Amino acid sequence: MSELNPSLNLESIRTKLDKAKGATYWRSLDELAAGDGFKEFLHREFPRQASEWIDDEGRRNFLKIMGASLALAGLSACTKQPTEFIMPYVDAPEQALPGKPLFYATAFPVRGIANPVLIEAHEFRPTKVEGNPEHPASMGSADVPTQASILGLYDPDRQQTVDFIGEVRSYASFLSNLIGILEKQRAKTGSGIRLLTETVTSPSLYAQIQEVLKLYPGAKWYQWEPTGHGSRMGAQLAYGQFLNTVYKFDQADVILSIDSNFLANGPGGVRYARDWAEKRSVRGGKKTQSRFYAVETTPTSTGSKADHRHGIQPSHVEGFARNLAAVLSGGTPSAATPPPPAAQKFFNALAKDLLANKGKSIVIAGEDQSPEVHALVHFINQTLGNIGTTVMLTASLEAKPVDQWADLNALLADLHSGQVDLLMILGGNPAFNAPHELNLRGALQMAKMRVRLGSHEDETSEVCQWNLPEAHTYEYWSDAPAYDGTISIIQPLIAPLYGGKSPHDLLAAFTETPELSSYQVVRQYWTAKHTGADFETFWRHAIHDGYVKGSALPAVTATAKLIAAGATSSDTSGLELSFHSDPYILDGRYSNNAWLQELPRPISRLTWDNAVILSEKTAADLGVKDEDKVSITHNGMTVHGAVWRVPGQPDGVAGLTLGFGRTRSGRAGNGAGFNVYPLRSASNPYFGQGAKVTKLGDTFKLAAVQHHFQMEGRDPVRTGSLDEFKQDPYFAQRKSETPNTGLTILPTTFKYEGYAWGMAIDLTSCTGCNACVVACQSENNIAVVGKEQVLNTREMHWIRIDRYYSGPADNPETYFQPVACVQCEDAPCEIVCPVAATETDSEGLNNMVYNRCVGTRYCSNNCPYKVRRFNFLLYTDWESESLKLQRNPDVTVRSRGVMEKCSYCVQRINYAKISAEKDDRKVRDGEIVPACAATCPSQAIMFGDLNDPKSRVSQWKADSLNYSLLGELNTRPRTTYLTDIRNPNPELKEL
Amino acid sequence: MSQPVELPDQIYVGPVIDEGHSLASVSDKVGGIVLKRKTTLGWVFGLIVAFGLLQALMASATWLLIKGVGVWGINIPVGWGFAIINFVWWIGIGHAGTLISAILLLLNQSWRNAINRFAEAMTLFAVMCAGMFPVLHTGRPWLAYWLLPYPNTMALWPQFRSPLLWDVFAVTTYLTISAVFWFVGLIPDLATLRDSTRKPWQQKVFGMLSMGWRGSARHWQRYEKASLLLAGMATPLVVSVHTVVSFDFAVSMIPGWHTTIFPPYFVAGAIYSGFAMVLTLMIPVRKFYGLEDIITMRHLNNMAKVTLATALIVGYGYIMEAFFGYFSADVYERFMVWNRMTGPYAVFYYTLIFCNIITPQFLWAKRIRTSPGILWIISIIVNIGMWLERFVIVVTSLHRDFLPSSWGMYAPTIWDFGVFFGTIGLFLFLIFLFVRALPMITIFELRMLLPGARVKEPVAQ
Repeated sequence: MSELNPSLNLESIRTKLDKAKGATYWRSLDELAAGDGFKEFLHREFPRQASEWIDDEGRRNFLKIMGASLALAGLSACTKQPTEFIMPYVDAPEQALPGKPLFYATAFPVRGIANPVLIEAHEFRPTKVEGNPEHPASMGSADVPTQASILGLYDPDRQQTVDFIGEVRSYASFLSNLIGILEKQRAKTGSGIRLLTETVTSPSLYAQIQEVLKLYPGAKWYQWEPTGHGSRMGAQLAYGQFLNTVYKFDQADVILSIDSNFLANGPGGVRYARDWAEKRSVRGGKKTQSRFYAVETTPTSTGSKADHRHGIQPSHVEGFARNLAAVLSGGTPSAATPPPPAAQKFFNALAKDLLANKGKSIVIAGEDQSPEVHALVHFINQTLGNIGTTVMLTASLEAKPVDQWADLNALLADLHSGQVDLLMILGGNPAFNAPHELNLRGALQMAKMRVRLGSHEDETSEVCQWNLPEAHTYEYWSDAPAYDGTISIIQPLIAPLYGGKSPHDLLAAFTETPELSSYQVVRQYWTAKHTGADFETFWRHAIHDGYVKGSALPAVTATAKLIAAGATSSDTSGLELSFHSDPYILDGRYSNNAWLQELPRPISRLTWDNAVILSEKTAADLGVKDEDKVSITHNGMTVHGAVWRVPGQPDGVAGLTLGFGRTRSGRAGNGAGFNVYPLRSASNPYFGQGAKVTKLGDTFKLAAVQHHFQMEGRDPVRTGSLDEFKQDPYFAQRKSETPNTGLTILPTTFKYEGYAWGMAIDLTSCTGCNACVVACQSENNIAVVGKEQVLNTREMHWIRIDRYYSGPADNPETYFQPVACVQCEDAPCEIVCPVAATETDSEGLNNMVYNRCVGTRYCSNNCPYKVRRFNFLLYTDWESESLKLQRNPDVTVRSRGVMEKCSYCVQRINYAKISAEKDDRKVRDGEIVPACAATCPSQAIMFGDLNDPKSRVSQWKADSLNYSLLGELNTRPRTTYLTDIRNPNPELKEL
Repeated sequence: MSQPVELPDQIYVGPVIDEGHSLASVSDKVGGIVLKRKTTLGWVFGLIVAFGLLQALMASATWLLIKGVGVWGINIPVGWGFAIINFVWWIGIGHAGTLISAILLLLNQSWRNAINRFAEAMTLFAVMCAGMFPVLHTGRPWLAYWLLPYPNTMALWPQFRSPLLWDVFAVTTYLTISAVFWFVGLIPDLATLRDSTRKPWQQKVFGMLSMGWRGSARHWQRYEKASLLLAGMATPLVVSVHTVVSFDFAVSMIPGWHTTIFPPYFVAGAIYSGFAMVLTLMIPVRKFYGLEDIITMRHLNNMAKVTLATALIVGYGYIMEAFFGYFSADVYERFMVWNRMTGPYAVFYYTLIFCNIITPQFLWAKRIRTSPGILWIISIIVNIGMWLERFVIVVTSLHRDFLPSSWGMYAPTIWDFGVFFGTIGLFLFLIFLFVRALPMITIFELRMLLPGARVKEPVAQ
C-alpha cells in the first residue's frame, strides 16, 4: 500500500512534536488532526484492520494489491524485494504507551446541549465515556445517553456509504451533483434551497449557515425538533424574548417540579442532580434537607424522589400553575379550575411552604409541558423572588431560537408550493417525528432534490435521494454550549469509521471554500471570535480542558408577565394522554442503541418497549391488565400498544413515551415498542384529551426486569423522615437485629491487613437514573441479551436499580436501591462453588475467575442478593467487527456458560495499585473510582479503603444511617447502604 | 426354631414362591426367559418406543451442547431447573435397589431374593440417568472434569467445601458399588446360563462373564463373603448418597433449602420413590413373563408396606417443614412456606401432597396391597409425586428468596422435557435389554427359597 509510508509520517510527527512548545498540550489531538500525516499514522497504525476493512477505498486497494501480489508471486524470486520498515515504538508519541489508556476532553451534545466528557482511549481507540471533572456541567459525571454514546459510535448499523436512490456512490459524485444544482440556484439567489436542521446550538455551525445564507439570500433555513418547544416558547411568552433558565438546586430549600424530570434528563440534568443531592443528603451530621414537591402526569424517577408527589391530569397542569401563581401573588385560585378536593390540602401546604421560602425556592416545569405552563412557572419564580438567587436567566443557548412549529409549517408551505429544488436535511428524523397529520413525509417528496445527512438509514432517508453518512460526534470537530452556556470545543477521537461527513463538511460544500475540514471551520470561527492575545494558548487550553473557561452566559434580567388564560378545552369524554420523551432514547434518536433499549426504565422497569402506562383503577375501568393490547384513538389516528400498570399514575391518564416504534432504525430499534407520534396533534402536542382506549383482546409480552414491587416487610430499603432522623440518628440501624458474628462453627479469623475495599451507597441521593448501569456495561464489556432473554429474566447488568413502593397503591412512595455484588466477606457463593471459581481475596474482593468457572450456577442460587449473572447462551457478539473496537481491553470478554458479576471494577483497582506501587506509596483515597461511582450524577456511590479511617467511604460507613442489606444473614457485605431520608411536610403527614 | 410361624389370615398373603416349584423348574423358568423364549413382538415394540425416547435425549443433549444451557428454562433467580430435579429424582429411584440388595440381605429378609436382581439393575440404570444431569447442566460441560480431584498443571484442587463436590464422590461411589454388587451377584447365574445353553456363542459370552465359576464350595464360600462385604459397603450408601444430595440444598442458605430435616427426609423420599419405581416396573414384567408364581402377592404386599412406611416419614417431613417455617419466626422462612402453599406454584404443592401423602394411605388396605392393577397406578402416582416434590423444593425455594426485587418465575422449555423424557427412554431401553439378555431374577437365591433347599431361616415369616 503506497500511501502507507510510516517513516514519512513519523518524521512529520516528530517535527510537529519538536515545534510544540512544551509537552503539556500536544496530546489533546489538535496537532494530530492538523497534520494529515499524524492522522493517517493514527488511523493506519492502531485500528489497522478496522480502518482497512471499513474504508471502502482501502479495501479495494487491499484487494487489488492482494490480486497483484498473487499474480506476481512467481516473479518475486528474480525481483529485489522492496525495503520495508517495521515501525517500533522507539519513536513513540509521548505518553502513548500500549496498555495505558489516555483521556481526551470533548463533549457529547444531546439535543444541542453539550455534555462535557473525557473519553478513555486505548491505543487511540475510544472505549469509555467519563464525565469531565473540571467542567461545571459535569463535575465528573455523565448521564445515560452520554454514557451510551460510545456504543453509538461503534453501532454496526450506522449508515456506511454515500447512497443515491439505493445505489452506492462516492462522495465526489455527490459533490459534483451538488455543484450542478448550486450553479443553477446561484442564478436565482438560491431561492430553491431549503435547509432543515435540528436545533442548532453550535456557534461555528451557525456561522457556516449564515455564510451559506449570505451566498444564497433566497435560501431558507428551518429548524425542527419534536420536543423542547415548551421551555423555548414559554420564555418567549413570559418575557417576550428567548431566554435560557439555569437553576441552582444547591440554593433551594423548597423545590416544586411540575412534571419535570430534571434529575435525569434535560439540559444540566447532571449538574442539577448533584446540586439537588448535595442539599438532600444528610451524611456527616447534617440535619437539614430541602423539601421537594412534585406534580406529575406520569411518574418519573425525579418525582419518585419527592417528599410529596401528586398525580395530576395533563389538562389540569396549566390550571394548577395558574392557581399557584394566583395564590402566591396574593390572589385566590381561579374558580374555573379549582384543584380537586384531594389535591386541595397538598396545594395549600405547598403554597404555604413556597411563600415561607421566598427567594430560596425553585419551581421548575417539565420539558414536555406547554409554553403556557412554562410562562406561568417563570412568573411564579419571579413572584417568589427566585429569579437571580436560585433561578438564573441567561440568553438562549440556541444559535437562533425560533418557533419551530412555525418553521415546520413554513417548510410544509414551501414544499407544497413546489418551489423547493434542493432540500438539505442535516440530522434529525422529521419524517418520523413530525406530527403525522401534517404528512411531512409525503410533502418531503415534493422537493426536487432531497439530500440527507444522517447517522442511520432511517425513516427520513427513505424519502431522500442522496443519503450521506453522518459522522459521529466523536469523529469530527465542532462546538456546543453546556446548560449554562459554557462552550465546549468538541474534538474527534477517531477518524470517521465509515467515511462519515460532518454537517460542517456539508455546509462547507456550499461555500467558496468547499474543501474546509471541520477542524478548519471550528478553528477559524474561534480565531475570529478570540479577542485575547495568544490564540494558540487559548485554543490549547480550551481543547485540553474540554471547555472555554469563563464562557458561561451572564445572567440577564427580565420581567415575566402573567399570561392571560387561554381557551381551555374540557373534553372529558375519554382518556387523557400525556406525552413524554423516553428518558434514554429521548425522541427516538438513540433508538438503535442496544444498551439504552435494554436499560430498564426507572419506573416501569421495562426494557425494549414502551407501554400504555395506566393506573390500577383506569385499567380496571377499561377491563385491561398488564400486557393486554389496546388501541388508542386520538386526533384521527389509531395506534396499538400494550398496557402496563404503574402505581402513582393519575387516573384517567395514559402515559405514553415518544421515540419507540421505529421501523427503520437498525437491529436494536426496529420494532421496539409502538410509535406514539401519530397521536400527537400539531395543535396541542403536549397532551391529548378525549382519547379512546379500547381493549383489543390479544396480549403483547413486555420485558420487565422486576416483577415484584413490595418490600414484603423485609426493609431492603430503609427509610425514614428527617424528623425521625433528628430524634434518633440510629433509628435505621435499630430496624433489624445485629447479627452475632460469633455464632458460627467456622469463625473467620482472617484479618484484612492491606487494603480493604468497600462501598457505601447513599439512598437519599440515588435518583434511580440508571447512569451507573450503562457506565458499568460500558466499562465491563457486559453483553446485551435481547428482549427474549430479558423476558426470561436473564439480563446481564451487573448493577441493577431495584425499585420498591410503599404506602397507598394510587400514590405510593417510591424508593430506589442500586444493587450490585455486595462483596460479602463470608460469601455464600464461595463455599458452594465446586471448582473454587469465586474466591474472596486478601483485600475482601469476591473475585470471579471466569476461566475456572464451569457454570454450575450454584453460586447464583446461593446468593441472597441474586446479583450474579450467567451467560446462559453466547450473549457476547463475536461477529460485529465494529463492536469489538468498543470493548475495554482490561476486562475479559465472557463467553457462554460462565458466571459473572460486579468486581468493584477490579481492573481500575489494580491499575491504581500498580501506579501506587511504582511510586512506593499507598493508594490514595479517591484514586480508585469504579465506573458506577464515577458517573453517578448525584454522587450516591462512594468507594474506597475501609482500613483507612480517613477515607470518605469509612466516614460514610461510620454514619448512623449506614446499614447492611440482609445484614442479619451474617454475610458481612462490603457494600452498605445509607438510609433514604425524606423530608415530608408535617402538615401533609396523613396524605 | 425353624418352625414356620402361622400368620393370621388378615396378614398372611401367601408364600414367597408358589407351590410346585423345584430346583430345576426355577432355573428353567428364569433362565428360559433369556435362553429359550422367543423375542416377542411386544418386547420389540417396547424397545422401539424406548429407543425413540432415547433419541429425544440425543437430540436434546446435542442441541444443549451446541447452544448452551440457555435452551432450558432456567434463569436468574431459578438457576437450577429440570436438570437438578431429574438428578435427584433418578438418584432417589436408585435407592430401592440398594436397600433391597444390601440392607434386606443383612437383615436376612429372604423374600427379597426374587426381586433384588431386578431392583439392582434398576438402581444401576437410574444412577446412569442421574449421572448425566450434573454434567449436562454445567455451563461448560467440557470442563466438568474439573470437579474431579486430579493432579493438574493448574495446581488446583476442587473446592472441597462445596456439596456439589461431595455429590461427585457420592454418586461415583454409588455407581461403582452398585455395578460391582450387581455383577458379582450375576456370576453364579451366568454360570447357570452358560451350562444350560446349547448355542456356542452364548456359551462363550456367558462363559467369559461368569469368570470361571464352577459352583465349588470354595466359590460359594467366597461368594457369600464378597456379598456380605459388598452389602456392608452398600448399606451406608443407602443413607449417605441421598444425604449428600440433600446437602446440595441443606448447606445453602436459601429459605426452603436450608433445613436440617433434609437428610432423613431425602433418604426416606428416595426409598419411597425407589420402591414405587420397583412396583411400577415389576408389576408389568411379572405379568408379561408369567412370573406370578415367583414374584408373588407376598412381594407386592411387602413392597407396598415399605412404600406406605416411607410415605409416612415423607409426610412427617412435609409437616415439619411447614411447622419449622412457622416456628422459626423468620420472615423469609415463613414466607417460603406461605409461598409454597399460596404462591404461583401452589398447584404443584397440592398435587404433591395428594400424590405423596393422600394416595399411599390406600395402602393400609390389604385388598389394595394385593391388587396389582391398583398398586401399579398408585406406584405411578407416587413416582409423579416424588418428581413434583423435587420440583417444589428446587423451584419454589429459588424463585422467591430474600430480595423481592429479584423474584422471578421458571418455566421449562421443550428441551427440558426432551432431556427428561430422553432419560426415561434410556432407562427403559436398558431395562428392556436387561430383561431380554440377563436373568432378571436371581436363580440361585430363588432355589434357596424352595422348601427343599436348606435354608437358614423359616421360609414364611
